[in-house]
Amino acid sequence: MTTKDLEKALGLVKIAGGDTVKEVSGMYICDLLSLVMSKARQNCAWITVQTNINIVAVAHLADISCIIIPEGIAVDNNTIVKANDEGILIYQSQKTSYELAVEFSKL
Amino acid sequence: MDKSIVLKYDVDGNDFSLAGEASSSVKKVLLSLGFDPEIIRKVSIALYEGEMNMVIHANGGVITVEISPEEIHMLLEDTGPGIEDIELAMQEGYSTASDKVRELGFGAGMGLSNMKKYSDVFIITSEVNKGTRVEMVVKNKQ
Ligand SMILES: Nc1ncnc2c1ncn2[C@@H]1O[C@H](COP(=O)(O)OP(=O)(O)OP(=O)(O)O)[C@@H](O)[C@H]1O
Ligand SMILES: [Mg+2]
Repeated sequence: MTTKDLEKALGLVKIAGGDTVKEVSGMYICDLLSLVMSKARQNCAWITVQTNINIVAVAHLADISCIIIPEGIAVDNNTIVKANDEGILIYQSQKTSYELAVEFSKL
Repeated sequence: MDKSIVLKYDVDGNDFSLAGEASSSVKKVLLSLGFDPEIIRKVSIALYEGEMNMVIHANGGVITVEISPEEIHMLLEDTGPGIEDIELAMQEGYSTASDKVRELGFGAGMGLSNMKKYSDVFIITSEVNKGTRVEMVVKNKQ
């Protein structure tokens, strides 16, 4: 599956990353950055309520395919600017992390 | 790539928006040199944790990375407060991170153990009120 397929299937709204398209396999949900660094698998979609600029470096360094911010939480502007610069996809959703994970598991 | 490449970074301890820049830059260099993705992943994780510790706990420092076909050698030196009990600091879950930093997602107390886990050589020395020195090596697949 690609990030484009994921965006469509889960009804996500893209807020950063431009035309970047990546392969997605698996999902990881956590807000503690050093757990994410070590546990998130390559090419996963990462759901987090963290919206500060550090999530961009984490996604880049841990080979995460995209970041999903749940529950309509607002994302810091400098995070969006940096993600656009680095080609890191960030999506927003009104759904909860649980709802997103359940829907993802059915794909 | 015949000779080794040396990269040096001054890590700013005050600017969180620049945090992770050194690690990101090293990753890009390794990608351009065609290193194996698994090797790049190990370096990225180990170096990022070290870089963030410098920013969060030591008010910045200097990172020197030497890349050769055999290995990636990383040296992180700071003149921060130092670590009194390294064995305790190495324990998963131990953290002295402030509430402000925890709000940003740091402070799980996993950084040092990630550094050890993802490097092939990990040497940490520290002196209270003097600073901390971390040396890590990730060996390349031959
Ligand atoms: N460079 C350093 N200078 C001073 N103290 C340090 C340094 N690196 C680590 N420490 C101390 O060791 C503790 C454990 O570090 P570790 O990286 O494992 O966890 P953390 O940074 O607190 O949280 P996390 O890395 O999970 O976000 C820190 O809380 C801090 O007290
Ligand atoms: Mg740390």
